[in-house]
Amino acid sequence: MDFELSPTEKAFRDEVRTWLKANAPTEAEEPESAGQRGGAPGEGLRPAGAEGGPPPLKEWIDKRRAWQKKLHEAGYVGIGWPKEYGGRGATLMEQLIFNQETIAARAPQPINVIGLGMGGPVVITHGTDEQKRRYLEPLLSADEIWCQGFSEPNAGSDLSALRTRAEDRGDHYVVNGQKVWTTLAHVAKWCLLLAREKPADNPRAGLTYLLVDMESPGIEVRPLVQITGDAEFNEIFFTDVKVPKSQILGEAGEGWAVAMTTLLHERGTLGMALATQAQVTIGEVAEHARKLGRGGERLARQRIAQHHIEARALQLNGYRAITKIMKDGIPGPEGSLMKMMWSELNQRMTETAIDLMGPFGQVRDGGSWQYSFLRSRANTIEAGTSEVLRNIIAERVLGLPRSR
Amino acid sequence: MDFAFSEEQEMLRRTARDFLAKESPSSFVRKVMETEDAYDPDLWKKVAAQGWTALGIPEHYGGFGSFLDLVVVLEETGRYLVPGPFFETMAMAVPALLEAGTDAQKKEVLPLIARGEARATVAFTEPTGRWDAEGVALAAQRAGEGWKLDGTKLFVPGAGVADYLVVAARTRGAGEDGITLFLVKGRPAGMTVKPLSTMDMTHRWYEVKFEGVTLPADALMGEPDKGWTPLKRALDAATAGLCAEMVGGAAQVMEASVEYAKTRQQFGKPIGIYQAVSHKLADMLLEVESARSVTYYAAWAVDADAPDRPVAASIAKAYTSDAYRNIAGNGIQVHGGIGFTWEHDMHLYFKRAKASEVTLGDATYHRELVAQSLDL
Repeated sequence: MDFELSPTEKAFRDEVRTWLKANAPTEAEEPESAGQRGGAPGEGLRPAGAEGGPPPLKEWIDKRRAWQKKLHEAGYVGIGWPKEYGGRGATLMEQLIFNQETIAARAPQPINVIGLGMGGPVVITHGTDEQKRRYLEPLLSADEIWCQGFSEPNAGSDLSALRTRAEDRGDHYVVNGQKVWTTLAHVAKWCLLLAREKPADNPRAGLTYLLVDMESPGIEVRPLVQITGDAEFNEIFFTDVKVPKSQILGEAGEGWAVAMTTLLHERGTLGMALATQAQVTIGEVAEHARKLGRGGERLARQRIAQHHIEARALQLNGYRAITKIMKDGIPGPEGSLMKMMWSELNQRMTETAIDLMGPFGQVRDGGSWQYSFLRSRANTIEAGTSEVLRNIIAERVLGLPRSR
Repeated sequence: MDFAFSEEQEMLRRTARDFLAKESPSSFVRKVMETEDAYDPDLWKKVAAQGWTALGIPEHYGGFGSFLDLVVVLEETGRYLVPGPFFETMAMAVPALLEAGTDAQKKEVLPLIARGEARATVAFTEPTGRWDAEGVALAAQRAGEGWKLDGTKLFVPGAGVADYLVVAARTRGAGEDGITLFLVKGRPAGMTVKPLSTMDMTHRWYEVKFEGVTLPADALMGEPDKGWTPLKRALDAATAGLCAEMVGGAAQVMEASVEYAKTRQQFGKPIGIYQAVSHKLADMLLEVESARSVTYYAAWAVDADAPDRPVAASIAKAYTSDAYRNIAGNGIQVHGGIGFTWEHDMHLYFKRAKASEVTLGDATYHRELVAQSLDL
């Protein structure tokens, strides 16, 4: 066992730290979400567009896009990708260090989260050379933003129940259907779309994975206002949208396998970032308690200490998982465990923060803790509900019989 | 970064597991737990022959291996509920001797322990049941060249078969100042050791009474009144060691429950197919793995003498205490009626979990120490 960084890793950490210090916007300049804005006492959260509601998202998105460009110019976007595809070929430890440094510096994430976390890795794994040449560079530079069209009104946890159709018309497909919970759809250029090409007895067969131009005729994007008042998510309606066959990722009809790569990347790389996020959040909760003068209360001390203990366990689980990946090469289903643990911990931490304020938590914090508290309810739903993750752990790690 | 045990340590783990599966199966544990001291001298000899009683003792005192090596073995002794004062000797008394003992004391006792010829424990808690410095009230006074001890130690694990006792006594004041440590050899006149009827029968606790017990001058460990600092360091090591035993027990309960859920059929299907059962098991995995992470880190921090070793030990004990209790309780639930019978082993783990929870401070006590580390 050894928790020290190597000299090269230390040098990389110092380089990143110095660069972030000089270049990263402060939280006040650029809050983590459009919803995390300051506000006058008494101002709660209101729906987007309503009086007192969030400012237009456009301004926030423009800032985030500019931030990613700056990161990209410095060589800090997609650092884990191979060099030939515009990445840096960074080791897992370097990726971990980079994540930890950006989160600890409270620097914002790049705008193109879906593209960087899922789109790029899928193109690198399944794309043709032509596709790699076309899509990767503008993805890294944030010139083109990506979104993910998987979930549908009747296909949530049961993704293979999706009904959006891709009809084969020779050299192109015609897509009809509806997608939902689509982050960034209103500003995206490309959509990772999973659609049904052929009906089949096995619902996982006959799916095709397409990369759809969001500027195509027949696409309508409607924002969905969430319980925070923000509109991070959208519905997308597809009406007779023409998609050329050059836009297939992987093989036609083999979309399920491609989709699974997407999700593996989503859950695999997420774990450590979440663990670091939890470290930051618990630090903020403790600071919040001190400022409110409630740190001396026995029950508050117990709750905050317990959060700290769980956040530390999460981080150490991540270190063990990373050690395992460095030795064995492949991310296991442990990513599911970390995501599940973080999402439930984050709900408890943000609830403690609200509870510490008593009735004031309901009215006057200007949105910040209220926003985090409300937003945390999505954590156990998005990117795999806690129920689906427990099924994955039961079946793939413990080897229990499949429940469905 | 490398947060894993070495190849050699993994080999030690496999050897320990194979050895204990053969030498300490539940039939053996059940036989030994019915004896007065829940101790089997033959098993001790075999364990010493494996070299485990030398682990964590420096080579110049006749030992070999590191504290981390010891932790590997403790996880397996916890898994097999091995009766006898192995944890007390190796994870409580040895660290206390290393931290506070004089060179003469170490030279006398550590080689005997390493060779398997002596057992030892630490007598800390008293009738107040406290694991902090305030709890130490047993009076020690100078008497001629030596010392005189009066008072009662309670819940002392393994004292019935211990050849040496490290005793925390009060020489002045209250709290951390004025605690003095003594090494008591054998049973001096005025000292009585009485077994308590513990719920967890696999591990015996004792009442140790000191009524005008006189000790020679060389029984003093380190400096008078300054015993708390080394003792707290020893307790951190003991805490990491106890957590390792708890992790082993929790892992065994989880594995047995998973196996049962795969084979036990109800409504024509294995019960593990039902999410009400499988999600409990998924939560057990989360708790076992997290308990491993915090425990291994605490063990590393003790071994490497990292600055965060006390808080690492508290994080481990708080988490693992809750985890083992939850897992053992859910283990009974998953097994249903059979899990509630005396014949099934689940109750042995459930009781061990509960006893371990309060040993060296419960989760509430350690959470408070964590809160202090956060400047709350």
